[in-house]
Amino acid sequence: MISVTNLRKEYRVHRRAPGMAAALRSVFVRSYDTVRAVDGIDFTIGEGERVGFLGPNGAGKTTTLKLLSGLLHPSSGDVRVLGFEPRERDDAFLQQIMLVLGQKQQLIWDLPPADTFELNRAIYDVPAAQYKQTLDELVTLLDLSVVMAKPTRQLSLGERMKCELAAALIHRPRVLFLDEPTIGLDVDMQVTLRTFINEYNQRWNATLLLTSHYMDDVEAMCPRVIVVDHGKLIYDGTLEALAEKARPEKRLVLRLSKPVDAADLAKLGVIVRHEAAVAVLRVERDRVKESVGAALGNLPVVDLTVENPPLEEVMRDVFRKTEPT
Amino acid sequence: MSVQRTITALPTLLRVGLAEAVAYRAEMLVWILATTMPLVMMALFTAVARDAPIGRFGEQQFVAYFLCTFIVRQVVGSWASWQMNMEIKDGTLALRLLRPVSPLVNYAIENLVSIPIRSLVAVPMGIVLLIAVGAGGVTHQPVLWLLWLLAMIGSWALTLLVNLAIGSLAFFFESSVKLMDIWTAAFFVLSGYLLPVELFPARMRPALDWLPFRYQIGLPVEIMVGAHTVEAALGLLARQWSWVLVFVLLTERAWSLGVKRFAAYGG
Repeated sequence: MISVTNLRKEYRVHRRAPGMAAALRSVFVRSYDTVRAVDGIDFTIGEGERVGFLGPNGAGKTTTLKLLSGLLHPSSGDVRVLGFEPRERDDAFLQQIMLVLGQKQQLIWDLPPADTFELNRAIYDVPAAQYKQTLDELVTLLDLSVVMAKPTRQLSLGERMKCELAAALIHRPRVLFLDEPTIGLDVDMQVTLRTFINEYNQRWNATLLLTSHYMDDVEAMCPRVIVVDHGKLIYDGTLEALAEKARPEKRLVLRLSKPVDAADLAKLGVIVRHEAAVAVLRVERDRVKESVGAALGNLPVVDLTVENPPLEEVMRDVFRKTEPT
Repeated sequence: MSVQRTITALPTLLRVGLAEAVAYRAEMLVWILATTMPLVMMALFTAVARDAPIGRFGEQQFVAYFLCTFIVRQVVGSWASWQMNMEIKDGTLALRLLRPVSPLVNYAIENLVSIPIRSLVAVPMGIVLLIAVGAGGVTHQPVLWLLWLLAMIGSWALTLLVNLAIGSLAFFFESSVKLMDIWTAAFFVLSGYLLPVELFPARMRPALDWLPFRYQIGLPVEIMVGAHTVEAALGLLARQWSWVLVFVLLTERAWSLGVKRFAAYGG
């Protein structure tokens, strides 16, 4: 479905020092740096997979999505999506994919979303019956009926994003690239979109490649993650395995009936948080059983949970380990 | 996008494009107001011609010429290069590139659908023309009106293609706006927009006949006011459509090379 081999994308960036002298000098002599946004990555994604594409800002995530959707031409390497070379921008290829950019919109600003949907119907040559069925479903699932006739400029960010997603799905793409689809949305709206995207994936067996800085998005939608940093692929596997690899410990969350001494907690693990009624400890995975027993036996515990470390912390550790020296 | 699919999608593209053009009515009004230069030139030249005609142009001829210029400009004008420059630089072009319809076709359709809106000014101006100079101010030969139609289509196509070709240069330069400004400055002077081409010194005329500017606006205006015989008009039309062909090739080349350099900045 998607195969990427030794993919590279380099940009030539004009550099100059600040100040008037440097500005004048740059008129005659220009210096350029070559920035490697994507630096030799390889992966394959099968039909119907949901994959999170993670990395810090500037890691090369969005560039990769743009290469996969044919917006950018690779500097070298091979990309195949649905058997097509994306940079050729073959009609049959564009007909089967969509890239949703959370910070850019395809909705026509001054017209109601219904007009953009109709435009996409015509452009993608969607048969009338299929269009009606798809649109009815999208309107129901995303609760769009009240916004269909309002000019896009008068919609809230959440409404706009729902319409944006609907516009992207009118032609039922088999491959969906989502770049920060929930950015700026409130928690309820994020949950709505995640649920909807998962349903779309399951119903149409669509392949999904998602970038997001919200780890809740990734946890809810992506069993598999690919992590990139400085343009290089540093991990490809399940989310659980990544968490285990980066943070080989668990969290013990203790709810206490009365305050306890820090010294007593320190015997069980590394203290992450210590308050009168709550304590959070970091415990090595092979010591969890022992620490749980000790906590229940020696401390005034009213409730105890064993959790994985927050994904944000896991990712922070992953990226810290790949910092260039 | 295949030609067949473009044709199938055309009614919807036109309908939505027209709805968008209507929505941007304030912007359209500003554009119309910005193209009133021929009316200014009309006032200037009629004042000059009051005492004695300039060449074959008396007051009435200047009124007819510049009202025709205003009408033609309303119909054949294009702003695609500014739009392309902006969309290439801020990455918005990405959204057009994702669709199975050529962005160039898209720009052409957007221009085409705005013509009815701009005609809201051009048609009344045509009536003013008839009232001001009478039917004698324009040609009476049906064949020349047919050639005028071809010249109008050629002017529209050439102006749009010049915009698309220069707009595509934004892939290569920091900005193509300045290049378009230079072109526009030359267009103002050499096209017959600010003064009729036949008022230029005789030694400059051959050059103007070969340059593309006159075919963007001057030719349909000249045919409209009956400045050419059928034979002369046909010769100039051949040159106009040759320039259209040249700019089809230049636009295609600039676009296909440029789009490989597209950086799709901005999310």
